[in-house]
Amino acid sequence: MTFKIAASPHAHQRRTTQQVMRWVYLALIPGVLVQTYFFGFGVYVQLALALLTAWVAEGLAMRLRGRPVAHAWQDHTAIVTAVLLAISIPALAPWWIIVMGTAFAIIVVKHVYGGVGQNLFNPAMAGYVLLLISFPVQMTSWPIPNELAQLQVSISDTVSLIFSGFTQAGYNLEQLRMGADGITMATPLDSLRNDLNHQLTLGEALSKPIFDDFAGIGWAWVNIAFLLGGLVLIKQKIISWHIPGGMLVGLLVPAAIYWLFNPDQAITPMLHALSGATMLGAFFIATDPVTAATSNKGRWVFGLLVGFLVFVIRTWGGYPDAVAFAVLLANMTVPVIDKYTQPIAYGHGGRS
Amino acid sequence: MSAATKAIEAGHIWTFPGGIHPPERKELSNQTSIAPLPLAKDYYLPLKQHSGAPGELLVQVGDQVKAGQALTQIGANNGLPVHAPTSGTITAIGPGIIAHPSGLADTVITITADGNDEHIALEPLADYTQISRADLLERIKDAGIAGLGGAGFPTAQKLALQRPLDYLIINGVECEPYISADDRLMREHAQTIIDGTEILLHIAGCKKALIAIEANKPEAIAAFEGLLDKHPQLALRVVPVKYPSGGEKQLIQLLTGRQVPSRGLPIDVGLVMQNVGTAFAVAQAVLQGKPLIERVVTVTGENVEKPGNYWVRLGTPVAYLLEQCGFKPEPDQRVIMGGPMMGFTLADLSVPVVKITNCILVPSSQELAPAQDEMACIRCGACADVCPAQLLPQQLQWLAKAKDYDGLDQQNLFDCIECGACAYVCPSEIPLVHYYRKAKAEVRNIAREKAKAEVARERFEARQERLEREKQERLERHRKAAEARKKAQAEAVAQGGDNPQDAVQAAIARAKARKAAQAAAAQQQNKEGDDA
Repeated sequence: MTFKIAASPHAHQRRTTQQVMRWVYLALIPGVLVQTYFFGFGVYVQLALALLTAWVAEGLAMRLRGRPVAHAWQDHTAIVTAVLLAISIPALAPWWIIVMGTAFAIIVVKHVYGGVGQNLFNPAMAGYVLLLISFPVQMTSWPIPNELAQLQVSISDTVSLIFSGFTQAGYNLEQLRMGADGITMATPLDSLRNDLNHQLTLGEALSKPIFDDFAGIGWAWVNIAFLLGGLVLIKQKIISWHIPGGMLVGLLVPAAIYWLFNPDQAITPMLHALSGATMLGAFFIATDPVTAATSNKGRWVFGLLVGFLVFVIRTWGGYPDAVAFAVLLANMTVPVIDKYTQPIAYGHGGRS
Repeated sequence: MSAATKAIEAGHIWTFPGGIHPPERKELSNQTSIAPLPLAKDYYLPLKQHSGAPGELLVQVGDQVKAGQALTQIGANNGLPVHAPTSGTITAIGPGIIAHPSGLADTVITITADGNDEHIALEPLADYTQISRADLLERIKDAGIAGLGGAGFPTAQKLALQRPLDYLIINGVECEPYISADDRLMREHAQTIIDGTEILLHIAGCKKALIAIEANKPEAIAAFEGLLDKHPQLALRVVPVKYPSGGEKQLIQLLTGRQVPSRGLPIDVGLVMQNVGTAFAVAQAVLQGKPLIERVVTVTGENVEKPGNYWVRLGTPVAYLLEQCGFKPEPDQRVIMGGPMMGFTLADLSVPVVKITNCILVPSSQELAPAQDEMACIRCGACADVCPAQLLPQQLQWLAKAKDYDGLDQQNLFDCIECGACAYVCPSEIPLVHYYRKAKAEVRNIAREKAKAEVARERFEARQERLEREKQERLERHRKAAEARKKAQAEAVAQGGDNPQDAVQAAIARAKARKAAQAAAAQQQNKEGDDA
């Protein structure tokens, strides 16, 4: 009788890629719920569109590459890409925005480079940047947080807006985005940036209704919800604290110093931390294992770089938020970071 | 005393990076005392059960042997003898499958037991301190003792290295899941292990020994605590539960904060390490004269009815051992020699228990699910987080797949201790260690080929040189001969003999005259033609 041959180790910790990915999108749930609360049901429509597109795109790409299609669907990486992109774009953006972005992310950014584990860039963020530079208007038209909105948008209106551009009553998105003062509503970072550029002081800029809450209505709570999900991921050892920690330090330390020297003309560190895509970026986007540095030291450096780039672009760059650009730029530096942060192997003069 | 030494003396426990906490599952086998195993019918003794060359045969087919009788003797190149595990007849000497991952065959002596289990007379030693160090080493060598922890390095050879030693470390960590052979041995034979440690200290010329036990073995710890008062040279160190704390390099880091230099030995940092089983065997060999013919083997896993620890004679076929323990194989059963992290599977159960066999594990597919399909690496870095050697396993994996040997060297492939922690945590179930082993084998092959090519090149160049030399010598010989000839001629001319040169000159003159005559004749003819 012969017995089965296998290579050691014979024991495995059963946490598969699929489980890791599942944890990631489950940890996004609090953020998605809060986002829905403030920005309406459009978030769900975008999620549904993104997931459908990702599923089709993944299958198509695998088919074209002559690989087993089921394999790709099983690892759940496409789901994470789809969810991240869907919650990064404005909830009422037209349907073709999310479809195009997701398809690009999966087919070009992921599969053209060789599929899971081979892509150089974070697929969701590359998709986001493609959309942002191609369709800046649609990509920056965030709906007004529900508590400030003049008109409440029903579910059927949401669907109608996303697919046809008008509510059933005939309002378009721009009309819905008018605040009480008749001015189009911008996101907190956007509004602040414009006002600061127009030589308003920080105090004046913060007098707008959107800042009634401590760091921008809706946005602060969305960020806190993502922070919560992120802490769960750290607790579950799905991600290590190095990248989010590095990113927050890299963003907040320079931001605090700049603000201390420039209290009237700088975004406050709290706004940096709790507005825009800060927490989503720190815990869910920059932590994408495929495109981030791999050693703990490398992750720390990578995180610091992402954070610092976010600060630089938000402060002096052409875009109000910068997480996507910062992550993509940092992705490019990963090979170098990995090279210079290689730990000293045992017996090569390191200290214990 | 330096601060670091003070900390070691004070019992400070350092840490090492990485490591994992797989389910221990030791309770399966550590509940009962070590039981003897009934005699088997046939024993298979591979000549080589240690690292080094096999010993030289002393017996032939048909010989009657008694338990403890040496079947081979120390040969060249680290050879160690093997001894008959019981009395009986040698029925075969030839190739047989050995306990090695490759499943390759090697020379094996088969003994058919007569069932009487007669032993040779032992020569106990009353006071080893009266014996010279060299004689003690000889005794240990003659007893066939190799490291029983797993690598099987000849113990005497390790002790023979003469360099100043700070500590002897006795390794009773046994961090691999499932295995409890050392644990039971420590619980039941602590005094003998201590005696062995004292002997090892005496031989190594070392002042102090540290006995390391993992914190999950409270009974073993208690067994030593009760005895150590009388042995001021020995100190107990309890290390936290983490795999692979029992790895030689990791344990050194834990107990002393020192690192063995890459491609170096523990002795380079003033340390030498022996397994508790080895210390036990040394005590038996020195104090009682018993050669190494049996060891404790853990038999465990859900597919065996009587898991536990057994005194198993070396050479016992695994099939027999498992049969005695109520083995119920399932389809696609894996039989692992060693633990779940570093052990290797056996394809054939006629393989015998040898000096390095500490465990036979027969898991059900529920408890240790077979590996699944390898998926793509997602660069999650979990492997790097757990690597105790601070390597980057995923980089090594890419490089190994790309056969980039320079890159592998830069990433210190050969510092990998193959503990398997990386593959254990890999979410993509990439058999990382397997790739490293393959790459290491390839690198070694390349080095071997290179060495061979180098030898061939040297041989070729030597031949070219010889041919050239011979040619020069030949030319020189010809030149000398020509000179001698000329000289002889000149001498002959001087003595009035014929000068061959004169003959040449005469011949040339004759030829010239003939040519001139021919030319004149031709002119004459031409003239006559014109006239006509």
